[in-house]
Amino acid sequence: MKPSILFNVFAQDFKKQRKRMVLTLMAILWGTMSIMLLLAYGEGMKDQFSKNLNGLGEGIVILWGGQTSVPFQGYGKGRRIHLHPEDVDYLKGRMPELEIVAAEYIRWGAEIKYKDKLISERINGVYPEYKEIRNFIPEMGGRMINELDMQSRRRVAFLGNEVKNRLFGYDTPDENIIGETIQINSTPYTVIGIMQPKIQMSSYQGSDEDVIAIPATTFHAILGDPYLDNIIFKPAEGFTFEDIESRLFSVMGSKYKFDPNDDQTLHTWDIMEERKVTMDIFQVIQYFLGFVGGLTLIIAAVGVANIMYVSIKERTREIGIKMAIGARRIYILMQFIVEALGITFLGGTLGICSAYLLTELFKMVPIESEVLNFMGRPTVSLEIGITVTVILGILGFFAGLFPAMKAASVNPNEALRYE
Amino acid sequence: MIEMTGIRKAYQTGKITFEALRGVDISIKENEYIAIVGPSGSGKSTLMNLMGCLDKPTGGEFYLDTERVETLSPNQLADIRNRKVGFVFQAFNLLPYATAYENVELPLLYAGLSGKERKARVTELLNRVGLGDKMANKPTEMSGGEMQRVAIARALANKPKLILADEPTGNLDTKSGRAIVEIFNDLWKDGHTIVIITHDMHIAKRCQRIIRLKDGLLDTGNEEEEQEQSLKVA
Ligand SMILES: Nc1ncnc2c1ncn2[C@@H]1O[C@H](COP(=O)(O)OP(=O)(O)OP(=O)(O)O)[C@@H](O)[C@H]1O
Ligand SMILES: [Mg+2]
Repeated sequence: MKPSILFNVFAQDFKKQRKRMVLTLMAILWGTMSIMLLLAYGEGMKDQFSKNLNGLGEGIVILWGGQTSVPFQGYGKGRRIHLHPEDVDYLKGRMPELEIVAAEYIRWGAEIKYKDKLISERINGVYPEYKEIRNFIPEMGGRMINELDMQSRRRVAFLGNEVKNRLFGYDTPDENIIGETIQINSTPYTVIGIMQPKIQMSSYQGSDEDVIAIPATTFHAILGDPYLDNIIFKPAEGFTFEDIESRLFSVMGSKYKFDPNDDQTLHTWDIMEERKVTMDIFQVIQYFLGFVGGLTLIIAAVGVANIMYVSIKERTREIGIKMAIGARRIYILMQFIVEALGITFLGGTLGICSAYLLTELFKMVPIESEVLNFMGRPTVSLEIGITVTVILGILGFFAGLFPAMKAASVNPNEALRYE
Repeated sequence: MIEMTGIRKAYQTGKITFEALRGVDISIKENEYIAIVGPSGSGKSTLMNLMGCLDKPTGGEFYLDTERVETLSPNQLADIRNRKVGFVFQAFNLLPYATAYENVELPLLYAGLSGKERKARVTELLNRVGLGDKMANKPTEMSGGEMQRVAIARALANKPKLILADEPTGNLDTKSGRAIVEIFNDLWKDGHTIVIITHDMHIAKRCQRIIRLKDGLLDTGNEEEEQEQSLKVA
């Protein structure tokens, strides 16, 4: 079939039934747009949640010491397992499955003083890796604790964006704060950086905006805590925590002499797992939104099928002529299916474009609000585009198929007599 | 070429069954030039549609080129209409939105010819019917005689042996009609088998043989009487 003939047929039909065609196109456009917007809304929310979940860190596992619950190699049960600073290197050496290993000390209720201001806060002794795995990202002009700070046990502090306000007031610009000296339990520290604000949906010790972070080595040397509060690690690419959990217990078990099957000895929190559950919920929401949008589109597709039925009636004679000169049924069938797909995709393309434009426009609107920080903004992704296109294709095909089957089943002799 | 014995055709309209052909025997040899005449409603078009495989008989036996038509599938019938038969209708039956070129090209498309082959063939055919300069015209931009010539070109597209024409001059003035008949004469001389339904006894007389139909049966009665009747109807 020559494309131009198909197109001409379509164009002629369009002229004859302009009103109906336009309405059908509008219905498809509207259906496509609503399914796109619904999915975009879900996608935006999912993205935002995903981002917010990343506030704490991406793909990390937090490890705490526990207590033995079974006797092992002559030790009784109920023995406390403490994490030691050297465990970080121990784990790094024994477990190549871990990409990053870091650790932290926590002290609650330390006295922080700047000039006349005195506040009581939590302080954390952290590793430089916190920049990457815990999203301790410095604002411009400052920096996060680095390797050199660790080695030289420097007295430097990296402040959460909220605690900074409490200590220096809300109006002091960051550049006036960097380099200032604060007292932590009467020891002077230099402020080297302030954390970029971030949205954090989960925590194990309070919000990071309240953190006062100093190098772990400095913490150990000055405050003298013998044990780590926790170790944080990130499994290497291709590993999940599940894959390496038993290895971790046996590696730690051989150092601390506990039964590697005793799950009370170490406590863990796998953020990846938690994230997966949350994302699964969003996937279900996406399916639901897609389903609702799909219903709108189905109604539009029924409109396409209807217009096709009408056009078959009007073109019975044309079908008869084509059959008389040797068109097989499949050609007639194809013609109507292609036409239905044509209408569907024309309306669909317009719908996709409008939805895309709308979401892009909405992104440009400069509103900052708690709701948007939480819900995100509608986002059209390639995946959504492909999903909608596939749905349109299927609907268009069926909208054409049934009328086409009717068209192809006419008796050529009867069709030629049709006036 | 065509062997029909005891051919019947019944039409069903609602509960009423009407038998348009009631047992017709016809034999047509290759390169015959035949006219079918008879009063309106006698079953001429019905017979011709059966010959062209547009429909299947409800009784009797029909062999086209030694093939038993009743046993063929819809696709086989479509292929026969495409390659072995060329139809010319009273109402031209051109596709209104397509140009003369596109109308003639369509059967070639169905036959699966390449673009180059199609172009050559369409050009040749339209030149042959004297419309080389009207290839881009749509039916609305042509006269009746021109439209019928496009229809003939279309019928000839895949070089069919059998040309069936159902009152091809019925919608034309005498002069255009005569030109169309001349084309049929030429086609006959070129070796085509031609069957024409007509009410015009002048046309019928030029054929080799006249088949008369009356009330769905072959009419073997008085030829002169029949002739007068037909002339009155025309
Ligand atoms: N598809 C059909 N359904 C029902 N009845 C039909 C059908 N086609 C033809 N008939 C009937 O069969 C009879 C013969 O019709 P046909 O068209 O063969 O006559 P005809 O000889 O060609 O007449 P005309 O000279 O008017 O064209 C008519 O009575 C007609 O009403
Ligand atoms: Mg007739």
